[in-house]
Amino acid sequence: MSRRLRTGGRLIDRSKPIEFTFDGRILRGYIGDTLASALLADGQIVMGRSFKYHRPRSVVGSGPEEPNALMQIGEGAHFEPNQRATMQPLYDGLVAHSQNAWPSLAFDVGRINDFGSRFLPAGFYYKTFIHPRAFWKHVFEPVIRRAAGLGAAPTEADGDRYEHQYAFCDTLIVGGGIAGLTAALGSAKTGERVILVEQGATWGGRAVVDGATIDGKTAADWVKNAIEELEKKDNVTMINRCEGSGVYDHGYVLCTENLTGHLAAKTGPRERLWRIRVGRVITATGAIERPLSFAGNDVPGVMLASALRDYVVNHGVSMGERTVVVTNNDDAYRTAKVLIEAGLRVPAIIDTRQAVDSTMVKEIKALGVSVHTGRAIAKVHGNAKVTAVSICLQSGDGTVLQEIRCDAVAMSGGWSPVVHLWSHCGGKLWWDEERAMFRPDPDQPPRGADGKGFVITAGMASGALTTAEVLDDAAEAAGIDAPPCESSPEAPILPVWMMPEGADHALRSKMWLDYQNDVKVSDVRLAAQEGFESVEHAKRYTTLGMATDQGKLSNINGLAILAERLDATIPQVGTTTFRPPYTPTTIGTLAGEARGAIFQPLRRTPIHDWNEAHGAFWEPVGQWRRAYCFPQGSETHAEAVSREVKNTRQSLGMLDASTLGKLIVRGPDAGRLMDMLYTNMMSTLKPGRCRYGLMCDENGFLIDDGVVARIDDQTWLCHTTTGGADRIHGWIEDWLQCEWWDWKVHVVNVTEQFAQIAVVGPNARKVLEKLGGMDVSAEALPFMAWTDGRLGDFAVRVFRISFSGELSYEIAVPASQGLALWTALMEAGAEFGATPYGTEALHIMRAEKGFIMIGDETDGTVIPQDLGLDWAISKKKDDYLGKRGQARSEFQKPDRWKLVGLETLDGSALEDGAYAVGEGVNDNGQAIVQGRVTSTYMSPTLDRGIAMGLVERGPDRMGEVIRFTRIGQSPVEARIVDPVFFDREGEKSNV
Amino acid sequence: MLLLTCPNCGLSVEETELAPGGQAHLKRFGPESTDEQFEEYMFLRDNAKGVHFERWRHAYGCGKWFFAARDTSSLQVYGTYCAQTTEPPADILALIAKGRSA
Repeated sequence: MSRRLRTGGRLIDRSKPIEFTFDGRILRGYIGDTLASALLADGQIVMGRSFKYHRPRSVVGSGPEEPNALMQIGEGAHFEPNQRATMQPLYDGLVAHSQNAWPSLAFDVGRINDFGSRFLPAGFYYKTFIHPRAFWKHVFEPVIRRAAGLGAAPTEADGDRYEHQYAFCDTLIVGGGIAGLTAALGSAKTGERVILVEQGATWGGRAVVDGATIDGKTAADWVKNAIEELEKKDNVTMINRCEGSGVYDHGYVLCTENLTGHLAAKTGPRERLWRIRVGRVITATGAIERPLSFAGNDVPGVMLASALRDYVVNHGVSMGERTVVVTNNDDAYRTAKVLIEAGLRVPAIIDTRQAVDSTMVKEIKALGVSVHTGRAIAKVHGNAKVTAVSICLQSGDGTVLQEIRCDAVAMSGGWSPVVHLWSHCGGKLWWDEERAMFRPDPDQPPRGADGKGFVITAGMASGALTTAEVLDDAAEAAGIDAPPCESSPEAPILPVWMMPEGADHALRSKMWLDYQNDVKVSDVRLAAQEGFESVEHAKRYTTLGMATDQGKLSNINGLAILAERLDATIPQVGTTTFRPPYTPTTIGTLAGEARGAIFQPLRRTPIHDWNEAHGAFWEPVGQWRRAYCFPQGSETHAEAVSREVKNTRQSLGMLDASTLGKLIVRGPDAGRLMDMLYTNMMSTLKPGRCRYGLMCDENGFLIDDGVVARIDDQTWLCHTTTGGADRIHGWIEDWLQCEWWDWKVHVVNVTEQFAQIAVVGPNARKVLEKLGGMDVSAEALPFMAWTDGRLGDFAVRVFRISFSGELSYEIAVPASQGLALWTALMEAGAEFGATPYGTEALHIMRAEKGFIMIGDETDGTVIPQDLGLDWAISKKKDDYLGKRGQARSEFQKPDRWKLVGLETLDGSALEDGAYAVGEGVNDNGQAIVQGRVTSTYMSPTLDRGIAMGLVERGPDRMGEVIRFTRIGQSPVEARIVDPVFFDREGEKSNV
Repeated sequence: MLLLTCPNCGLSVEETELAPGGQAHLKRFGPESTDEQFEEYMFLRDNAKGVHFERWRHAYGCGKWFFAARDTSSLQVYGTYCAQTTEPPADILALIAKGRSA
């Protein structure tokens, strides 16, 4: 039974007891506890269930590496799954729930997977994909879906706030242990801007737990002095509870600061993302202890040796009364020492090494602890808690020599430097055979824009082990002399990847490598046997290291097993790729303030507020909001759209067309440029006239369309699609700057400088005449002409252009006058029933006229010729963008899908995107397709469904009836017709 | 996140201020070109592991296009230069030959 010790615990404040709940039970802890230490103090050893086999699991680590003790913290809008109990500070009223257990943590039905584990080997997902087919759908998929995932997904939107902070510094130091502090002291002296971040709440790292003498002081005193000195420096910023999450190209670093995770009364943002541009990074990120692979190494009570002593020293909490230490190195002896000093018993130290006589080992032996050298653990006994271990020869097959009663096991397989931040941006590693660890290779650092390395490692992150080594390494990184410190030499580690070395399959299938994803030694060996020899393949096949802990404990052990099985060396097998972030980061933190209304900028036309006040149902178009329709009273959207179309066709409609792109092209070479940009001849357009034009990319594909107006000798105004204004502006700039930079012409985007209002319908002219001030008759301003003038009080530019097929004027005014003109037109049009209409009515009216829409009839594979727009392509020009592309043989084929109109025989509307099915099937057994629907509407004007589509040889098949797919229904028959459904002669617009 | 200096406005700017434009110094082939020339122009790109001449637009800044000589593997930047040229400047080529940044 784990418990709180009567004394000790340097981080807890025994005068401040607090209450929290775990699975609904009220428990007690102290300020300074983590959730994990408080649960252990309350005897709650089982903290979770494993992912695949649902085995009971307890906490195994004490830091961010923790794979087992994942909790759901908080409730409702403040609920967070998969939080590591080791990193969760305890606060009064904390609500925690266990996860991945049903119906309860103590009794979990899913445990049955464990007993059937031989049916769930490595790659079982993939194997179920193969055969038998019916099994996948009816057996495996439902089971896997129910089992998938760890914590529950939150059911409410995140109720917390997050923020971003931008910062710049010369040196960023990640890690506030003695290495990081030494590096900070050194860097601070030079006067450069220094930021020091520490993931935990306290400074000093392992040294203050393990004890050391630095500069004649205890580690705790030395750390205290160092902090005081750094706090006095104006050029040093120190941030605790802040993790170095990721290092990116050219010295960009993301750090994640937890602001309220430790507070009972939470105010302000929950987390802050630091976005830091650095001159260099010193990573003093320490090292993580490795587990050992022995049978039953996941039974609750088996813990990393360093974690076990962390809980004793930091929190005054012990995992058990009798702890067996199993190790292949000297460091774990520190745990034995701490336990004995706390009055707990260490019945045995099992050391895989044959003979060890270092100072540390002698000291522990002198305390009367029996040290079993050359031995290993054959098996851990116990189910929900360790009851005993069997020991055997490390060199043997697991024959039991002795059984030792115990209730905890402290294991140490050596240390792995935390090289993540070094590696994120390409820093390379080398394998140190003697220390059995991957270490950063200083000759192959991540490089900045200047080609020089910008990441330096310090302390244990470099592979240093003793306090003296750590300080020397950190001082060198910062360019100062190390504080004096002596560490007694330690005996070398004996790399042990499996215990005992001759373990059979039965033992190997109880040796856990990856606790979180339930990957065992036997799984990695199976992957190798089945040909997944690359470490990246073996990882994906077994899921080793793919859980939320990203293999912090398991990766090195796993690849060592793989290397052994492949008869390769560890460096030959190599590591998998280290990718940011170091630990999982909440999406909310990455989003910061950019959510809800300020997720992205919203572009509003000058008439936006009027539209809003008159019931506009909004539709996003790029960053604009455009009215889709204006429902009145209890109207449905379809009814509103129908009314808008009919009123416009019969009398008068008005459209806010301000979002249309407006680009001015001006200069002596403007005509030359216009002829290159458009497929038509634009240079011959007369001032005062308009022409519809097409733009293609160099592949020949249609990318934008719109009406061009010639303003004067050297000036053209190009209208683009709403979504295309910025893109097309950029496109023209590209050609002007990078290809034709000697042409005397420039382009200006004036989209937002002008409001544009379409006045549409048989009574459009009467409305303009009511405002008065200019001649808008058919003679003075014929179809496809434009003129400047005055309408009432407004200086306007009026275009006689139509996208609806009606008599139509588009009136441009400076943006500041837009709303006033709109209001004046609405008032003048009131007697004709002036109807504001939205984008859907616009779409329907253009479709009734057979006008194409970029993005509907085009999709980046359609050339103008496919759309019957050959009339808009100049045959006289030597060149235009896309001319060469359109000349390719593929585009000359007679069987291309071409634009036609489609009318269902039953009058219904076709489904958007529906395919025209032909006869028979292709080689894959799929139905032959011969076309598809690109636009489809119920036409209020014709009271029937109308559609446009691209159909194989369509224009040659007029009158033919073909079938179109419908989702969940049999295909529907439609006749191929002319795409102009309404007023084919254009009599309505040209009046 | 890359840092590149815009040669037009002189600012050292972050990648998020820039729009990428692919390989620099392509020669345009128009209507009279052969299929092979057009293929080269439209589709064939170097995809170098090493020094690459590439186009960037200072999209959220001065709006100008510029070119960069950048090692796609080490991310070392040998220099940036104005887009109104058909070949990399001699001084940048000299730096590349020496393996040094500007």
